[in-house]
Amino acid sequence: MNAITRDWLLAETPASRSQAAWGRRYRLWLQLRRNPLTMAGLLVVVLLILMALFAPLLATYDPGAQDLANRLQKPSAEHWLGTDELGRDVWSRLVYGGRITLGMVVAVVLMVAPVGLAVGCIAGYAGGVWDRLLMRVTDIFLAFPRLILALAFVAALKPGVTSAVAAIALTAWPPYARLARAETLALRRTDFIAAARLTGASPARIVLRHVAPLCVPSLVVRVTLDMSSIILTAAGLGFLGMGAQPPSPEWGAMIATARRFILEQWWVPVIPGIAIFVASLAFNLLGDGLRDVLDPKQGS
Amino acid sequence: MRRWRSFAATAASVPITLFGLVLLTFLIGRVVPLDPVLAIVGDRAPQDVVERTRIELGLDKSLPEQFVRYVGQLATGDLGRSVMTSNTVAADIARFFPATLELSIAALLIAGLLGVPLGVYAAVRQGSWIDQAIRVVCLSGHSIPIFVLALIALLVFYATLQWAPGPGRQGIMFDGMVPQVTGLLLVDAALAGEWDAFRDALRQLALPALVLGLSNMAYIARMTRAFMLESLSGEFVVTARAKGLSAGAVIWRHAFGNILVRLVTVLALTFAGLLEGAVLTETIFSWPGLGQYLTGSLLNADMNAVLGATLVVGLTYVALNLFADLMYRVLDPRTR
Amino acid sequence: MLTRRLLLGAAGAGPLIWTQAFPALAQTPRDVVVMGIAIDDIVSLDPQESFEFMGGEILGNCYDRLVLPTFEDPTKIEGVLAESWQTSEDGLTTTFRIRPGRKFASGNPVTAEDAAFTLHRAVILNKAPAFIIRQFGFTKENVAERVTAPDANTLVIRIAEAGSPSFLLYCLSAAVGMVLDKKAVMAKAQGDDLGNAWLKAGNTAGSGQWQVRQWRASENVTMDANPNSANPPKTKRLIILHRPDPSAQLLGLQRGDIDIARTLSPDQLATLGKDPAYTLLSQSKSYINYIALNQNHPELAKPQVRQAIKWAVDYDGITKSITPSTYNTHQAFLPKGFPGVLTDQPFSKDVARAKALLAEAGLPNGFEIALDHTTNAPFNDVAQAIQANLAEAGIKVTLVAGEQRQVITKTRARQHQMAMLRWGSDYMDPNSNAETFCVNTDNSEANQNRTLAWRSSWKDDDLTKRAIEALKERDAERRVAMYERMQKDHQERSPFVILMQQVEVAAMKKTTTGLQLGLLSDRSLYGGISKA
Repeated sequence: MNAITRDWLLAETPASRSQAAWGRRYRLWLQLRRNPLTMAGLLVVVLLILMALFAPLLATYDPGAQDLANRLQKPSAEHWLGTDELGRDVWSRLVYGGRITLGMVVAVVLMVAPVGLAVGCIAGYAGGVWDRLLMRVTDIFLAFPRLILALAFVAALKPGVTSAVAAIALTAWPPYARLARAETLALRRTDFIAAARLTGASPARIVLRHVAPLCVPSLVVRVTLDMSSIILTAAGLGFLGMGAQPPSPEWGAMIATARRFILEQWWVPVIPGIAIFVASLAFNLLGDGLRDVLDPKQGS
Repeated sequence: MRRWRSFAATAASVPITLFGLVLLTFLIGRVVPLDPVLAIVGDRAPQDVVERTRIELGLDKSLPEQFVRYVGQLATGDLGRSVMTSNTVAADIARFFPATLELSIAALLIAGLLGVPLGVYAAVRQGSWIDQAIRVVCLSGHSIPIFVLALIALLVFYATLQWAPGPGRQGIMFDGMVPQVTGLLLVDAALAGEWDAFRDALRQLALPALVLGLSNMAYIARMTRAFMLESLSGEFVVTARAKGLSAGAVIWRHAFGNILVRLVTVLALTFAGLLEGAVLTETIFSWPGLGQYLTGSLLNADMNAVLGATLVVGLTYVALNLFADLMYRVLDPRTR
Repeated sequence: MLTRRLLLGAAGAGPLIWTQAFPALAQTPRDVVVMGIAIDDIVSLDPQESFEFMGGEILGNCYDRLVLPTFEDPTKIEGVLAESWQTSEDGLTTTFRIRPGRKFASGNPVTAEDAAFTLHRAVILNKAPAFIIRQFGFTKENVAERVTAPDANTLVIRIAEAGSPSFLLYCLSAAVGMVLDKKAVMAKAQGDDLGNAWLKAGNTAGSGQWQVRQWRASENVTMDANPNSANPPKTKRLIILHRPDPSAQLLGLQRGDIDIARTLSPDQLATLGKDPAYTLLSQSKSYINYIALNQNHPELAKPQVRQAIKWAVDYDGITKSITPSTYNTHQAFLPKGFPGVLTDQPFSKDVARAKALLAEAGLPNGFEIALDHTTNAPFNDVAQAIQANLAEAGIKVTLVAGEQRQVITKTRARQHQMAMLRWGSDYMDPNSNAETFCVNTDNSEANQNRTLAWRSSWKDDDLTKRAIEALKERDAERRVAMYERMQKDHQERSPFVILMQQVEVAAMKKTTTGLQLGLLSDRSLYGGISKA
């Protein structure tokens, strides 16, 4: 059965469009699978997602339960990763914190990718004044260092997960818009768009049905590579006290509150640091591999 | 000719971008849920003092009026006065920006000196385990939150091994010893011939610069590798090889020489990224730079300081981008 | 070509080069004392403007005041620049005799003229701490005739309304009463700023033990001995480093980069306390931490709910495990060390009682409420502990963290539900706290005096009246008794859950001695510090 499927996927002369599409995807997957680092990244990402989904099963304690008599304990059989400054189990907090971190990443991506796509496609397709106006706005946002702009936004709103997500999204969309615009400019001159125009399709329809879908693959690469940067910005905001707020077990905030124990009980701030590192590295490895496969001209 | 015209268009858009920058920072500054008057008069001041100060600051005016007033001041080069330091913002920036600059330049040197050879080496050994190892190292540097790296560096090199001095930019015994000329301590100390102060400054700089450099090395190495791969497969490199030139000569003189221009562009863009990493690095190393100034004034609703510092950072950003753009257009053989 | 050998070689040589280039670090020199503490709260070093913790402390070392409460017994007042003083029969006029022979850092003699200038300046500039002087009825217009210096040794102050005689003296002992060198300051005046810009930028002109050489905001303060001081300090120079991070302070102390660490965490202090190489110096501060329950919230306005919250908090649990050595449980509005303080602690954690009170208030299932708190340690930990405490009683608390000024901004606008903040007394008189915790004469937005009571929308006419009466009581003993009774009733009725009082602990090497910490920050003195 497997062999048949494989043959079907790798057929030199696909019988249908969908077979061709699946075949293309399968070949990409084969390429991707050849790189052990990429696969390691993928594995960790999957594990992280599972961890976030099954947090209640994996946590050994209630992540909020305080035990003031047992503060700052070393890792032990009872508390796998020790306890924090309020005697809470660090492992359980880490597991629940994964939900927040991944949730923030997903929320940012869901906000950013469509906005960037829309702005880029409209600017690229409409051209003229619209293009100049939208790209100028994009440039203004690009003229800020990301963390500083996010910091300013959060300070203007109110520290917390929602504002952090909004702030990161605000700072993350411009590169997407630029990318989508570049793709759209290239697509605009192609024959099939011209053909679509000839059939009398409205510009909105052309952008929605023909242009936007073709911009998606390069956006996907960009998104995967951006994940780690989003995780780091979120953690940075948390660390500066502008992101998720205690008692939320967001990893950056965990480091921020435990930072003062770096000398005596160094594992308390370092463990969430490792968690951020692992998550961010996994997304980077995956994104790097994806880029090699999908977008060879940018990478190797 | 066309490339000059488009560069001129890019350059002409800078003032518009800057205006947008000012407007954006101004708006952010005015909606902070924090009373800027409070930062000045304190919590205990009677209401009439609060009201009077509000009027003195022009905060009783409408937002557009305040904005016009602020832009008017900006036009005359007046950035206002900082509440926190009670100096003019311009004077503060003149003091804090060189500190950030010094840190960033040192970090860029470290990132470049490590990243470029690693990238070249990875390209030469493409696909080997060394290439993979370099990839992991670089991506790791890119993935670790800079504040975690900084904390660990302090723990290891300052607390445990005692190789590095503690936080700060200058040992207290050297404070005020070197007259400020450029604001870059190393340069000023060398100019004044104060070699003890020079060594002190170098020691203070080493750890933060290393942390900042390592976390920004990835991008440089990655781009170097990509450029080199392309360059190595280029026709003239193949020709040079055919002529029997040594591997070293082919790699360094021909292939590497070919990517230098694009590399400078990458370095310029990395530098812009360094400014961002500097915010967190400065916080941890008590480095009296623009990043610390910015976060400090943000938390204290010191709006003149926030606006001034953001403007300078934005300006640097725009200038670096423009520079990268210019280099690319003028020097890159591929765009000719 | 780049070889592996080259790469490895470079990596191996790294540490070697480093240690050669950077030999072992030197200790701080004998005649320089280095102190680590957070100094980013300083916005001005003008005594008639400064109103922050560290600013007050530094100024207290650079300036003298007319009178001060004694260190040993704060209920007694002694003369510093004033040799003696006398209050008239009607209680309105006080005449001070200025001590002869005192000099400012500039060499100018200290005269009554300088003292009068200082008080005029406080009233005319009308900056944040001016109300401490202005509350005696001075205005820009009348101060020149009400505060006069008939000759170089005599200062006459005439107040508008007779009250407790010690009240004026305590107020003059506040930082705002620090006497300036009129000649030196007016030489630097710009326009009509009375030298404000010059002093604000970090210059000093006092007769105290020290003078500020340089102040760099959020970096450091360098102070030099004042050679003209009547009592010169034991060291020549003192450097205060901005080290907000306790870990950095501890490391600096252990490494010899810092001589005195001022704000270590309780855990660090516990470790250092066991090490014979270090000494710890503790002193109660006038800072009180409390939770304000805004009375414009319908549930919090119920007396039983206020009581329930007071009975739900685990006071001792918090101070014992989160803040041992740096905070003590305290439940009255006057801090320990003040005249008239009530040391009773009627409340303790009693979940059953809290639940019963909630049921009585018609809320057997509890309710939901938001608690604003500041993000700095240990308050975020304390807030989380309180959240857990109240949850046991059925009250579901959402924590809203903010930077201190943000939380204050919110409470001043009365937009909070519950807010955990701290209050430090402005001057040694009990009225400083009694007024803010009790007095609210007008609960509308028109009220100019936005006391903590007003900010919590709490108007208790009885306590307001008693606070004003106590201020006017001229018999010291009767006055103390009045404040004690007020604190009892305040515990019963007020919307303030008073949690704890701060204890400052400074850590230093055994060889460093002579630091003096005060109940009020402007009474911590550096003059006696020396290093063996």
